[in-house]
Amino acid sequence: MEYFLQQTINGVTLGAVYALIAIGYTMVYGIIGMINFAHGEIYMIGAFIAVISFSVLGLAGVTWVPLALVIVLIVSMTITGLYGWTVERVAYRPLRGSVRLAPLISAIGMSIFLQNYVQIAQGAKIKPLQPMIRGGVRLMEGEGFSVNVSYLQLIIIAMTIALMAGFTWLIAATSLGRAQRATEQDRVMASLLGVNTDRTISLTFVLGAMLAAVAGVLVTLYYGVVDFYIGFLAGLKAFTAAVLGGIGSLPGAMLGGLLIGLIESYWSAYFSSEYKDVAAFSILVIVLIFRPTGLLGRPEVEKV
Amino acid sequence: MLSLRGIHTYYGAVHALKGVDLEVAEGEIVALIGANGAGKSTLLMTICGNPKPRRGSIELRGQNLIGVPTHNLVRQGLAHAPEGRRIFPRMTVLENLRMGAVASDPAHFDDDLERAFTLFPRLKERRDQRGGTLSGGEQQMLAIARALMSRPRLLLLDEPSLGLAPLVVRQIFEIIKEINQRDGVTVLLVEQNAFHALKLAHRGYVLVNGTITMSGKGADLLNDEQIRAAYLEGGH
Ligand SMILES: Nc1ncnc2c1ncn2[C@@H]1O[C@H](COP(=O)(O)OP(=O)(O)O)[C@@H](O)[C@H]1O
Ligand SMILES: [Mg+2]
Repeated sequence: MEYFLQQTINGVTLGAVYALIAIGYTMVYGIIGMINFAHGEIYMIGAFIAVISFSVLGLAGVTWVPLALVIVLIVSMTITGLYGWTVERVAYRPLRGSVRLAPLISAIGMSIFLQNYVQIAQGAKIKPLQPMIRGGVRLMEGEGFSVNVSYLQLIIIAMTIALMAGFTWLIAATSLGRAQRATEQDRVMASLLGVNTDRTISLTFVLGAMLAAVAGVLVTLYYGVVDFYIGFLAGLKAFTAAVLGGIGSLPGAMLGGLLIGLIESYWSAYFSSEYKDVAAFSILVIVLIFRPTGLLGRPEVEKV
Repeated sequence: MLSLRGIHTYYGAVHALKGVDLEVAEGEIVALIGANGAGKSTLLMTICGNPKPRRGSIELRGQNLIGVPTHNLVRQGLAHAPEGRRIFPRMTVLENLRMGAVASDPAHFDDDLERAFTLFPRLKERRDQRGGTLSGGEQQMLAIARALMSRPRLLLLDEPSLGLAPLVVRQIFEIIKEINQRDGVTVLLVEQNAFHALKLAHRGYVLVNGTITMSGKGADLLNDEQIRAAYLEGGH
C-alpha cells in the first residue's frame, strides 16, 4: 500500500509535466488541425534555457532558490515562447492553405533542425544541474517503507495545477480565449467578425511553448540532466497523452498527461522499467480501439 | 456607401465574377438576386477580401477596400452575415454575440446586447445555449444579431431566409426592415427568395453567371416579365 502510494505520487509528478507539454499539442491541433511535431523540441529548448540560466544566475551570485526559480521561469518562458512563435512563422504559416501533408513534413523537418541546432550550439554531452531543492515531507511510515513527497514534487504539482487553472480560465473567459475558440471553430467567420486569426494562431503557439518551457524547467530540476535528445521521447509521450485524452480537448490533455504519468510509474514499479515506454503506447492503442476520439474528445462529425 | 467597379473574381480557373458593377447608397436596402451558382455569395465574400478580386475596385464610403485584411473591415463599418449562418457551434449564444463585438468599444456592449435581445427576444431565452443546438431560424437570428453587434453602417446578408419556415421568413424580413429604418443600417441583401427580397428592397440587381444582367427599383423588377418568369413563378 505504501509502495503504491509512493508510485502514485511519482506518477502524478511525471504526469503533470506530460500534461503541460500535451496542452501545446492539443491547442495547436485544435486551432489549425495539425500535429506540431517540433513541440517536443520546444520543450527541450525550454529545459536547456533553464540549465543555462541557472548557471548564469549561480555565477551572478543569485543563490536564493525561490528568486532564481522565478527568474529562470520567466527567462525560459519568454525565450521559448519566442521559439514557438518563430517555428509557426517560419515553418507553418507559409504553408497554410496548402495540402495537409505539407505542414506535417515541415514540422518533422523543424523538429530535426532544432535538435541539430541545439546539438551544435550546446554539444551532444549531457548537461547536469546541481540539485537545488532538497528535502521533503514524510507522509507515512510503514514496515520498512516510507512514503515521501519531496518539496520539488510539491512545487511541480502545485505549479501545474495553478497553470492549468489559469489556462482554463484564459480559454473560457477572456477575449483571447474566445478568439482562439472562434478561430478553431470557423476561421473565416472569426476574421469576418474582426479577429486577426493569424495573430491568434501565433499566440496559441507562444502559449503552448510557454507551458512546455515550464515543463522543461521543472524536469531539469527533477532529473538534474538535459541533453538535446530529451524532446523526442517526452514529446512523443505528451503527444500520446493528448491523443489519449482526446486531441483538441484541453481537459483531455490534462487527463491524458496524468494517466500517462501514472501508467509509466506503476509499470516501472510493478513490471519492468525497461518496457515503461511501451506501456503508455499500448494503453493508447487499446483506448483508441474503443474510443477513437480519445477519452474526452468529441466525435469528429461535430467538427464544422 | 459601397461602390464596386469591374470586379473579376476567380477560384483557381473558375471565373466566378465577370466584371460586376454595383452601387449601394447610404440608407438603402439593395437586393441581389440570382440563381444558385450565379456568384452572389462570391460577390459578398469578395467585398470582404476573401477571395480577393483579380481586377476591379471596391470602395466603402470613398475608401478603397482592396487589400484591406478581412479582419479590419468590421472596423470600417462593414458586417457580413454570410451564407450558411456560420454560428460558432460550441459557443453559447452570448459568446457568439460577444464575438460580434470583438472590434467594438466594450463600453457600449451592454446597450448593444440589449438592442439585440429586443430585436430577437428568442435569443435572450437561449443566451446560455450552445449555438450548434439552436434551430435554423434561431441560428439565422443569431447570425444577424451577431453582425449587428459591431454597429455596422453597411450590413451584408447572404440568404437569410434559406431553409426557414414561411412565418420565420416573414419575421426575419420584418427585422431587416426595422434595422434599416430605425437604426439606419444600409443593407445589401442576397436572396433566392426574390419575391420577398424585391418587395423589401429599394433597388435590386440580377446576377446571372457572374454578370449583372438587370438592375432597377425593387418594385419595377418585381413587375418585370423576365424576372417573373425566371425567379418568381414557381421559383419560391
Ligand atoms: N470555394 C470555391 N471554390 C471553387 N469554386 C467555387 C467556390 N465557391 C463558389 N465556387 C463557384 O463559384 C460560382 C459561384 O458560386 P456562389 O458565389 O456560391 O454562387 P451563389 O451564391 O450565387 O449560389 C459557382 O460556380 C461555384 O461552383
Ligand atoms: Mg450563395
